Amino acid sequence: MNPRFVVAKVTGAIGTLAFVLAFNFFLFRVVDDNPVDNLFRGRNLSPTQIASLEERFGVGDPLALQFVKYVRQTLQGDLGLSIKSSRPVSDVIMDSLWPTVWLVGTATALSMVIGTLLGIHAAWKRGTVTDSSATAFSMITYSMPDFWMAMVLLAAFAINLRWFPTGGFEDAGSTATGLSAFLDQAHHMALPAITLTLGYIGEYMILMRASMLDTVSEDYLQLARAKGLRDTEVRRRHAVPNALLPLVSLSALNFGYVLSGAIAVEAIYSWPGLGRATFNALEGPDFPVLQGLFLLFSASVIVANLLADLLNGYLDPRVRLS
Amino acid sequence: MTEAVLELRDLHVTYRAAGVDVPAVRGVDLTIGPRDTLGLAGESGCGKSTIAGAVLRLLPRATRVEGEILLEGQDVLKLRPGKVRAVRWTTAAIVFQGALHSLNPVQRVGDQIAEAIETHARTRSRRTTTARVGELLERVGLPARRRREYPHQLSGGQRQRVLIALALACEPALLIADEPTTALDVMVQAQVLSVLEDLQRDAGLALLFITHDLSVLRSSCRRLAVMYAGRIVEEGPSGAVFDEPRHPYARALASAFPTIGDPASRYRPSGLAGDPPDPTALPTGCPFHPRCPVVVDDVCPSLDVRLRPAGPAREAACVHVGGDDDG
Ligand SMILES: Nc1ncnc2c1ncn2[C@@H]1O[C@H](COP(=O)(O)OP(=O)(O)OP(=O)(O)O)[C@@H](O)[C@H]1O
Ligand SMILES: [Mg+2]
Repeated sequence: MNPRFVVAKVTGAIGTLAFVLAFNFFLFRVVDDNPVDNLFRGRNLSPTQIASLEERFGVGDPLALQFVKYVRQTLQGDLGLSIKSSRPVSDVIMDSLWPTVWLVGTATALSMVIGTLLGIHAAWKRGTVTDSSATAFSMITYSMPDFWMAMVLLAAFAINLRWFPTGGFEDAGSTATGLSAFLDQAHHMALPAITLTLGYIGEYMILMRASMLDTVSEDYLQLARAKGLRDTEVRRRHAVPNALLPLVSLSALNFGYVLSGAIAVEAIYSWPGLGRATFNALEGPDFPVLQGLFLLFSASVIVANLLADLLNGYLDPRVRLS
Repeated sequence: MTEAVLELRDLHVTYRAAGVDVPAVRGVDLTIGPRDTLGLAGESGCGKSTIAGAVLRLLPRATRVEGEILLEGQDVLKLRPGKVRAVRWTTAAIVFQGALHSLNPVQRVGDQIAEAIETHARTRSRRTTTARVGELLERVGLPARRRREYPHQLSGGQRQRVLIALALACEPALLIADEPTTALDVMVQAQVLSVLEDLQRDAGLALLFITHDLSVLRSSCRRLAVMYAGRIVEEGPSGAVFDEPRHPYARALASAFPTIGDPASRYRPSGLAGDPPDPTALPTGCPFHPRCPVVVDDVCPSLDVRLRPAGPAREAACVHVGGDDDG
């Protein structure tokens, strides 16, 4: 790939990250210029207590100094302390990171593959029963709110049929390790993962179908057919590679939303992920945690965006070589 | 007598669009012998590309194709799908209209040529295929190394050359060139045209050359057929048809000399009023009568004239041709 293309994209991403970093600081100063005041309002604190709290949260200093400290600490991975639990924000986030990556990442990858395949087949057999049922299925699941689908599936398969646990990450007090721990977690993850997969499939299916239908009328497919290729070869070698291009950006971008993706569904299934951590921090509100989450979510979207650009350049010579 | 490379017998093609029948080709007979060249001209929408598509069975599935299409004696309308694929590109290949969009934008042009070769000769090694691709590109005046480029890196004329090289990949007996120069500017048109003429001569191809521009056909084709509303209305040696057209429509077309490089002129040849007819609502009688400068008011609207002899090796479909008027 053209190195100038890569350098340009990476530089752009770093610039955006720097902007988000600064913005994140000032945004939270605007909503909350002195968290100590807000948090301990109505309690009679002595001036020395206030001073020590301000010292602890670093809000006594002039703004410019605060900003320099904030940038230095953030770059060192220090996101401050949670107001609620007094634990480092980075620990709070790390605890919830893995369950979310596991759950939403799986659902995103699954829905991407299933949705894209459904879209390809529906478009190639447009107007048939296959097409109309796949399209109807996608429309219905796409338009259903995720919290509602989560509650319906929970009621049906966890409460009535008891096929799956009603929530959590693993059995309470589980000490299992290795394969049995994995199976236990997979069992807990099944319902929320199915909920999210169903919720995400529609977008991919509908987009892929539309993109394929645009491609079907292209002259180069006519030429491919005229060369004597089989129908499946025309589809696989010529239609799909072109129709996938618009989806690559969407897919890479959606991976950026994996971390922030599932607040309602995590809350309903008591899944101990970042979505639930956000939910809890909002109740406080626990600004340092929110600030850390906000930074993480933005960074993951920016990185995903960068990957989308690079992938697009890799797949589409018109992007990479111009 | 040698067998014709392509013979159309009473070909009818009816598209089906939004529940309506669109009779795009309504009884066409054509013969092209080995190494022969036939030009097919006519306004936009008269059915030229439809004929090209019918020959390789490329039309939409809902389309009705009737009559006979004999490619080297074999009726392609009677072949099973596997045989149709085998015939495509090996017996007849097409240089499609719309050169700029006929190549897959995400595949190297060399790979697109190689794909045609490998589809029909699976035993070839990668090496010999690559060599053959380079050879084909050089034959159309492009350096072999350009096989590694993508379509967007080539100019319009270069892409058109790639398409011609691609059409030659499996050494077909018949090349159908569907407006191969329309999208190009004048200088490039002339270059591409001479490439095509040289190849036809050297490779011994039979050529069906489709265009709206009669003047191009006069020099590159031995015979000329003029189409109107899905039928051939005049056919004969190209010099004769071009210089002394017998059908009033052919006359209008021959005197039109569409401005090369001006796409608007092809839709409305100068000196010919009115629009090309809508195939779903053709005029009664001779379909050309509403626009005809020499219409006979009590005959043409009701008499659907078919081709009739109009001089040595010539035919035309007009009441003014043959009988008393024939000179
Ligand atoms: N897929 C289709 N469905 C319905 N009608 C069609 C279809 N393709 C072509 N037609 C119609 O058939 C007629 C002949 O079309 P065709 O493409 O053969 O014309 P043409 O002579 O090649 O014109 P041009 O010079 O513009 O290329 C036109 O009226 C066109 O609208
Ligand atoms: Mg055409």
